[in-house]
Amino acid sequence: MTDRDGRRHLLGMADVDAADVERILDTAKSFEAVLDREVKKVPTLRGRTVMTLFFESSTRTSSSFELAAKRLSADTMSLKASGSSVDKGESLKDTVQTISAYGPDVVVIRHAGIGAPGLVTRWTDAHVINAGDGKHQHPTQCLLDLYTMREALGRLDGVQVAIVGDVLHSRVARSNIQGFRMMGAEVLLVGPKTLIPRGIEATGVRVSHDIRDIADADVVYVLRMQRERMAEGAAYVPTLQEYTARWGVTRARLRPTQLVMHPGPMNRGVEIATDVADAAQSLILRQVEAGLVTRMAVLYDLVTRPYREPAAAPVVAAVA
Amino acid sequence: MATATGKVVLDGDALRRTLVRVAHEIVEKNADLDGVCLVGIYTRGVALAHRLRHEIATAAGVEIDVGALDISFYRDDVSSRQPVVHSTRLDFAIDGRTVVLVDDVLYTGRTIRAAIDALFDYGRPARIQLAVLADRGHRELPIRADYVGKNLPTAADERVFVRLIETDEIDEVTIR
Repeated sequence: MTDRDGRRHLLGMADVDAADVERILDTAKSFEAVLDREVKKVPTLRGRTVMTLFFESSTRTSSSFELAAKRLSADTMSLKASGSSVDKGESLKDTVQTISAYGPDVVVIRHAGIGAPGLVTRWTDAHVINAGDGKHQHPTQCLLDLYTMREALGRLDGVQVAIVGDVLHSRVARSNIQGFRMMGAEVLLVGPKTLIPRGIEATGVRVSHDIRDIADADVVYVLRMQRERMAEGAAYVPTLQEYTARWGVTRARLRPTQLVMHPGPMNRGVEIATDVADAAQSLILRQVEAGLVTRMAVLYDLVTRPYREPAAAPVVAAVA
Repeated sequence: MATATGKVVLDGDALRRTLVRVAHEIVEKNADLDGVCLVGIYTRGVALAHRLRHEIATAAGVEIDVGALDISFYRDDVSSRQPVVHSTRLDFAIDGRTVVLVDDVLYTGRTIRAAIDALFDYGRPARIQLAVLADRGHRELPIRADYVGKNLPTAADERVFVRLIETDEIDEVTIR
């Protein structure tokens, strides 16, 4: 999304096009070279301030954003609020306006409320990055997944990805379906009917309820079973044991050449078998590494291209 | 001779002779060539560094290390539009060595300032020298080149275009 003045944000995968993604992934690649050095820091964002606001719990996303900003020499300030004590309405506004008084250049926000990052753009002059809003979007997760896949396979176009599990509650799945399709990958969703949103085929994906259909995929992307939601008595699946029996990603269900990804945190023994998570074909730790360079690249991209180029004037076809 | 991109100041042949001369100057100035490495600044400095390496090998029989340096993350103007970022490739230690930075055009000196800062994050060279194909003047920092292919006095509104076969399919330097 961009403001009326063209200021760029990253609220969802709709805010980038394929060229933006390519550029961000290329930039991330060059940050790999920086992290290989003894001095793992560049002065690019010296004097800039990156604020992270996490209203929902997070380990890897908040720590990787903070380290990414530090590696770029930005000053960082992290605010964590427990979800229950902060209301969505006025208090979010108050919090953002308060931290905006410090003049941050980038605000990174995770919030349970869908669309909260969009609201934040109204209350600050900073670039806003969505680090996860409810079950809506998590664009930097998608970018780091694309980076990991491109590094492992050398391409994205035509790659077959099977996304397995709880698509319904997953912001990662929403961003990934959009981002993977944008870059030319084919997406198959596999899971119980109750956990696959109805009508999702309209986004250009295929759907299957049979785990055997992951056989053709180059990449099997396992989603976290959102156990906290299961406990509320909603009968998405009868029991976790039954889910594991029917849709758990186990060694027996994979070919040795298939790559396995998971956004973390994993429920080992539920959606993914422990030996699969630790196998050579698992990219899960590489995803964590990719998180750092990709988030560095996103910060760099927003600051170095602060405004969206005005759209080219529509070409009026000449009538012969 | 004038082309679509302006007046030709170095054609392919002159460009090659210029690089041979610069290679000889590097050899003459550095008695211990084994301690010398060439580091090209993206994009065209990298191609020039490889050519200088070849000419130095021809002139002195020594194959010296060549690296490629991207200075995007060290620029002093991050909020202006940035060119494509490349990956720095320095597969050798620069500590205690003489690093010859190589670039196509020396102008304000800001790129070189950034390159020197970047180098120091890779190690502590004994000394840094600078080789450029063209020096067009208009310095904004106290920086000068040790080896200059051609001095090109220019007006501020003129532009210098360096084209190399590796990147642009033709060897020439033009002013417009």
